[in-house]
Amino acid sequence: MSGNVSSPRVGVFVCRCGKDIGGVVDVPAMVEYAKGIPGVAHAEEDAFACSTTGLERIEDAIRSNNLERVVVAACTPRTHEAVFQSALERAGLNKYLVEMANIREQCSWVHREEPGEATDKAKDLMRMAVAKARLLSPWEDPEVKQNPNVLVIGGGISGMSSSLSLADLGFHVHLVEKEAVLGGMLRSLHKLSPTMRDSSEVLEHMLMSVEDNPNIEVHRSSRVKSVTGAIGSFDVEVESEGAEKEAFNVGRVIVAIGSDILRPQGLYGYGQDERIITQLDLEGMLRKGGVRGVSTVVMIQCAGSRCEERPYCSRICCNTALKNAQILRELSPDIDVYVIYKDLQTYGIESSALELNTKRKGVKLIKYQDNKPPVVTPGEDSISVRVFSPTINEEMEFNADLVVLSTPLIPVEGAPEISEMLRLPLDDFGFFREVHQLSPLEFATEGVYVCGTARAPKDAVESISEGLGVGSKAAENRFSRRRGRGAAFAEIDEKKCSGCGICIELCPYNAIRKDELGISRADSSLCGGCGVCAASCPERAITIHHFTDDQLEAQILAAVGRRSGK
Amino acid sequence: MEGSVLVIGGGVAGLQASLGLANQGIHVHLVEKAPYIGGVMAQLDKTFPTLNCCICILEPKMIECYRHPNIEVHTLSEVVDVDGSKGHFAVRVVQRPRHVDPSRCTRCGACIESCPATVSDDFQTGFEPRKAVYIPFPQAVPYAPSIDEGACLHFKGGGCRACEEVCPVGAIRLGEGVRVSKLNASSIIVATGFQQYDPTEMGEYGYNRYENVITSLEFERLISPYGPTGGELERPSDGKLAKRVAFVQCVGSRSHRDGVGVPYCSGICCMYTAKEAVTVKEKYPDSQINVFYIDIKAFGRDYQDLVNRARDELGVEYIRGKPGEIRENPLTKDLYVWYENTDTGEIGRKEVDLAVLSAAVLPRFENVRLAGALGVELDEFGFFRVEDHFLSPLETTREGIYVCGCSHGPRDISDSVTEASAVALKAAGDIRLAAGDSGG
Repeated sequence: MSGNVSSPRVGVFVCRCGKDIGGVVDVPAMVEYAKGIPGVAHAEEDAFACSTTGLERIEDAIRSNNLERVVVAACTPRTHEAVFQSALERAGLNKYLVEMANIREQCSWVHREEPGEATDKAKDLMRMAVAKARLLSPWEDPEVKQNPNVLVIGGGISGMSSSLSLADLGFHVHLVEKEAVLGGMLRSLHKLSPTMRDSSEVLEHMLMSVEDNPNIEVHRSSRVKSVTGAIGSFDVEVESEGAEKEAFNVGRVIVAIGSDILRPQGLYGYGQDERIITQLDLEGMLRKGGVRGVSTVVMIQCAGSRCEERPYCSRICCNTALKNAQILRELSPDIDVYVIYKDLQTYGIESSALELNTKRKGVKLIKYQDNKPPVVTPGEDSISVRVFSPTINEEMEFNADLVVLSTPLIPVEGAPEISEMLRLPLDDFGFFREVHQLSPLEFATEGVYVCGTARAPKDAVESISEGLGVGSKAAENRFSRRRGRGAAFAEIDEKKCSGCGICIELCPYNAIRKDELGISRADSSLCGGCGVCAASCPERAITIHHFTDDQLEAQILAAVGRRSGK
Repeated sequence: MEGSVLVIGGGVAGLQASLGLANQGIHVHLVEKAPYIGGVMAQLDKTFPTLNCCICILEPKMIECYRHPNIEVHTLSEVVDVDGSKGHFAVRVVQRPRHVDPSRCTRCGACIESCPATVSDDFQTGFEPRKAVYIPFPQAVPYAPSIDEGACLHFKGGGCRACEEVCPVGAIRLGEGVRVSKLNASSIIVATGFQQYDPTEMGEYGYNRYENVITSLEFERLISPYGPTGGELERPSDGKLAKRVAFVQCVGSRSHRDGVGVPYCSGICCMYTAKEAVTVKEKYPDSQINVFYIDIKAFGRDYQDLVNRARDELGVEYIRGKPGEIRENPLTKDLYVWYENTDTGEIGRKEVDLAVLSAAVLPRFENVRLAGALGVELDEFGFFRVEDHFLSPLETTREGIYVCGCSHGPRDISDSVTEASAVALKAAGDIRLAAGDSGG
């Protein structure tokens, strides 16, 4: 620890963020106020502290004023902390010696109508940040082992894409597939949108490439039983049918477990009449050569999606229906095909071309309204499908020989287990959720990635892109031995720990274990710094670095207007 | 690892691809035509469906790229010729002069103040003037002015040297010329993005004839806190707050009229419109918003939720039907939107303050020249063609040249950055192969 913790020189930088902060909060008054806060050796404002010039000004100010701690009163650390940390590093300070006061999201944005009070609150937030900054200590990211091997769970199209590209880069890949054969959903499909490529041809090619690749070790009929550890070093246990349990270590994990298709028992008579099938059933029939004795086919879109139970759009069903409708017309121009839809989800160049071609092939598209879904009544000779068409303001009736329901993709049964094992959150429907939509390939657990339809419905082409995308993420920072998660992590005082184990139960990162003496020990490489353990420890034996009791207390005292004792 | 990858285009896709490669330890040449990186995303207000401030998400990536030890950013640069093959491309790049030396410039702004020439500011979609020597927006990277030769009096033959005379550190370089350099790359990534359709030719909507008919990109600047109005929705004709707004979908998209627009769906308009409608409603709860549409395309995670929030919670009125005509009241500059509601058959008219046209996503016009330089094919519309989606994903018709984001068709930010990471992996694989070739 450095010797001058008690009186470091703090620099305060107040950002106007254009009008976003400056239009509400009185920034010059903030700067004046900052200069009067004990410990503050320098204060200035900037139009945009995060711009290149803003950062250079901070760097210059650190050097010329010998600043030892920095407070940036600006926006959220979530987007910008790393930017300011880099400025400290360039100026020769440890990057963890910066504290941000969020006077935008937590102040100017929400108090636009009360500029006076907003300024008062911004001062409070800044004063609190200074109080904490004075007590910050430097921290060096620990070195961690980086195993270059990768575990890919799921041998469908996205899992195989990741595996192949990573293997080409020289990574050793363990590809674990629960079935006896690779391929996943691809094995059940006929032709693939948008180019009408034979699914079997794509599959064949990929299987051969996987087979030939010495860097891919395929574990068939296998399940991942456990994954423990953290980025760079995960211990994996795999159980295979008729074989002994295997254990190995990897540095990254890719989840590509795919999805299932909804079989909507009871909906539109599904399950009660074998002439009412799903698109996946139709794909199977087309693979085997086609449909016999059928002259009228009606396809119903959004069967089980965009409804109350499953409000999401399943993205691929419109393209699938159009593609299959077109194939049916190509098989026999005598087959009439009607596609009954709510909103046609054809998007982009190729899917728009598919829509146009399908219409040219004589497939009829009929809109239905949310509140007036089609009514399906099976009869002796045919199935009656009645639907109100808003376009002609009339009810239409079709006598179908085959009714095909375009049902959504739904999560696989094993998703919750994987979610728990790898600490990856699921969305409301059970798909894996990324950290943020704009970082679609980053997930809650560092070093673990999800791709393909396990994350959200998407077609084969998109699944390949995503498989490659997460592959790239897995390959990134492979040579860096440092774990850059941040300075927040738990440390347990062995003298205070009573061994009650509450922290072990509560830790969402499985980062705490008991040692041979029954004392809890936290592994800083696993710890996510959430603080649950410290908050619940009855002995107050746990310190969260970067959020120590002293630091929080100083902030609270600053908030209520008193200065901490020092 | 030895070898470099050349990334063309410094928008969000190009930035993401560059960072993906650089973080794998690979050297990147990032070539951007404009004087600054950031692309279209820098002009947008918020993202969908999460409604984050766009520049706040983009800017850290811009700075990280610019400062990354593995990334060399070449602004004002264009690829003119590519020789060789996968693993060993030789790329000729022409760099136009910035006329300002960024290493000397102290960003004092004296040059901008002294410049007598003004021109319409394309970053603010023409809502404001800017000087011939300019920095487009405060977070611009690199943050040093550049001189727009097309607007500058000096280059128009007037002999003006105002900026040079006032610059206290001698950073102005009026004599600077074009530089041609040869870069080596194992593979090339095309991330040139898109441009928006100009709806002037659709006379029925009166764009460019009626001041209060604007495109969605222009709307983004009007509603942005960093835009010309500081984020207040002041309409162009008289600065009146626009509380009655019509959003018109499929302007130039899904068009089957001869010579007008494009036949494809632009894929992103339904969602940015839902976002724009929510933004207006949250800012001005008493506003009346209409969205005219054919189909609502909400096919990504939480996309339908955002549409539902706009429609069901905030009371945005969605009307199925593409307006036939927009007319202007010449006295008030208010607009009348004529439409047929295809759900009910009713013919109606809405009086609004502002009409926002969701104009189609088009390929960049320069794609033709760039495709020639790269020796790759474009599709019938002018987007880069992918040879085989399944067996060589995201690869153009020339081996070792990849494409991501909107340069091969419309897609949203989330899909663009996914593809950017995907091509980063493909390109990294090529470097490894090239290293193997030469016995490395």
